[in-house]
Amino acid sequence: MQRIINDPALVVEDMIEGFVKTYPHLVEKTGNPRVIKAVGIPRQGKVGVVTGGGSGHKPAFIGYVGRNLCDAVAIGEVFASPSAQIFFDAFKAADSGAGVACLYGNYAGDNMNVKLARRMAEKAGIRVETVIANDDVASAPLSEREKRRGVAGEVLMWKVAGAKAATGAPLEEVIRVAQKAIDHTRSIGVGLTSCTIPAAGKPNFYIEPGKMEVGIGHHGEPGISVMDLKPADEIARLCLERILPDLPFNSGDELVALVSGLGATPVMELYITYSKIHDLLGEAGLKVAHAYVGNYFTSLEMMGITVTLMKVDDELKELIMAEAESMGLTQSKLA
Amino acid sequence: MAATYPCSQGRPVLVGLINTIESNAAMLSEIDGATGDGDHGINMSKGARRTREVLGNQEVTVGQGLEMIGNVLLTEIGGAMGPLYGSFFNEMGGACQGVEFIDKATFGKMLGAAVEIMQDLGGAKVGDKTMMDALLPAYDAYKMALAGDPDLTTALQSMIMAAEEGKESTRNLVAKLGRASRLGERSRGTLDAGATSCSLILRSLADTLGGGS
Repeated sequence: MQRIINDPALVVEDMIEGFVKTYPHLVEKTGNPRVIKAVGIPRQGKVGVVTGGGSGHKPAFIGYVGRNLCDAVAIGEVFASPSAQIFFDAFKAADSGAGVACLYGNYAGDNMNVKLARRMAEKAGIRVETVIANDDVASAPLSEREKRRGVAGEVLMWKVAGAKAATGAPLEEVIRVAQKAIDHTRSIGVGLTSCTIPAAGKPNFYIEPGKMEVGIGHHGEPGISVMDLKPADEIARLCLERILPDLPFNSGDELVALVSGLGATPVMELYITYSKIHDLLGEAGLKVAHAYVGNYFTSLEMMGITVTLMKVDDELKELIMAEAESMGLTQSKLA
Repeated sequence: MAATYPCSQGRPVLVGLINTIESNAAMLSEIDGATGDGDHGINMSKGARRTREVLGNQEVTVGQGLEMIGNVLLTEIGGAMGPLYGSFFNEMGGACQGVEFIDKATFGKMLGAAVEIMQDLGGAKVGDKTMMDALLPAYDAYKMALAGDPDLTTALQSMIMAAEEGKESTRNLVAKLGRASRLGERSRGTLDAGATSCSLILRSLADTLGGGS
């Protein structure tokens, strides 16, 4: 393992320290060292937007705490859900009395810990509603959509819900748009290499050199197929072949695209892939309202890419275009 | 042979659990490493170590002791094992609060409460290659033993024999849930780490409560 770390058991703690020192204008610590909140939160009357998950997915999850995005984050060990207590403390940090929208990805540990944290919140008189992202088309058939994992589509869900909450909308409305966002979003990942959890010290799984795994999950969960590594244009085509019929996206639809690296992919390769995606979408009669290309949701040092599309109507588009500021996503208001 | 266990004597129960988890940590991580990410022993022993710190020199009741380790796992150990074992111990502890002696019926209630919360949270069935492959047969065997009017020790022995068999059964199973499910057929041939720790935990409880070994 070739890594720039200190104690492998303390990588999360050490990362949080550096993050808070880098973005003091955006985030601050709370009473729980595993909970970070946005500066100025809770804000009177505003619904708190909370997310959380295992570490190692930078910018997710901590990188989406900021202005008009998430208000607090529950931070777990590398690739392991935060405890129920951490989620509960994140709810407390974000709640102004207007309730909390907990928006996270569909993983067994997160589901259990959020469920237990909600029970704690109920006893403490904090209203918490959840939306569970399940945008990964490769993780289960459409007929079993509730089993699908949440991947990079979560970023678009936070963007939409964060913008809605910033308008002072009530909890029901924030939850409605978050659910709408994820219901209109589909993703798929392609992995070329494995990744190593520092505390484990050995690769989490294995992909043969010269091969790629289509449909791989953010922690190396199994994909749909392993095949010879293809050129970027072919990878773009393979991804869209899986995503487009699943929603489905139809000619004339407008959408937001998100192409993220998985950690080790050079950013130039993301643009190479996006170029083909853009063209193929155009050929299919689909209009790209906005595209995000970069490292938005990674898996340590995995080589690979995720492709995410969200079909937008006027409401979702307006919320995507709203201004936002965080480590992972900063934009001025887009036309 | 014991008919009951005094609830005031919680410390030996808790110390037994802590020792069992710590002394098997490396073995659990090794089993987990064959199909998962190899951190099961690390996380469980982190929970055990923290519980030992929280316990200090205190005397506790069985209920307090079980809730102590339960709360440490729930609040400090995340992932999927923290909430599962945390709730397991909390529910067990809760089910013997206000009781003076744990008899075979009380332990049946404790085990039943633990099984119920695990099913509520995890949703795994027998055959999925998880801790439930040890826990569910153990609970069934305990209930069946009760029908034959045994003493507490004998009923607990039936429980741990079934847990051990259930654990061994995971060797020939293909993982359906959790991270090992990635390996499909390749997960066959190794024990499940969760079923192994569950069997060890039940044995530790049986040893202390039943006055065995």
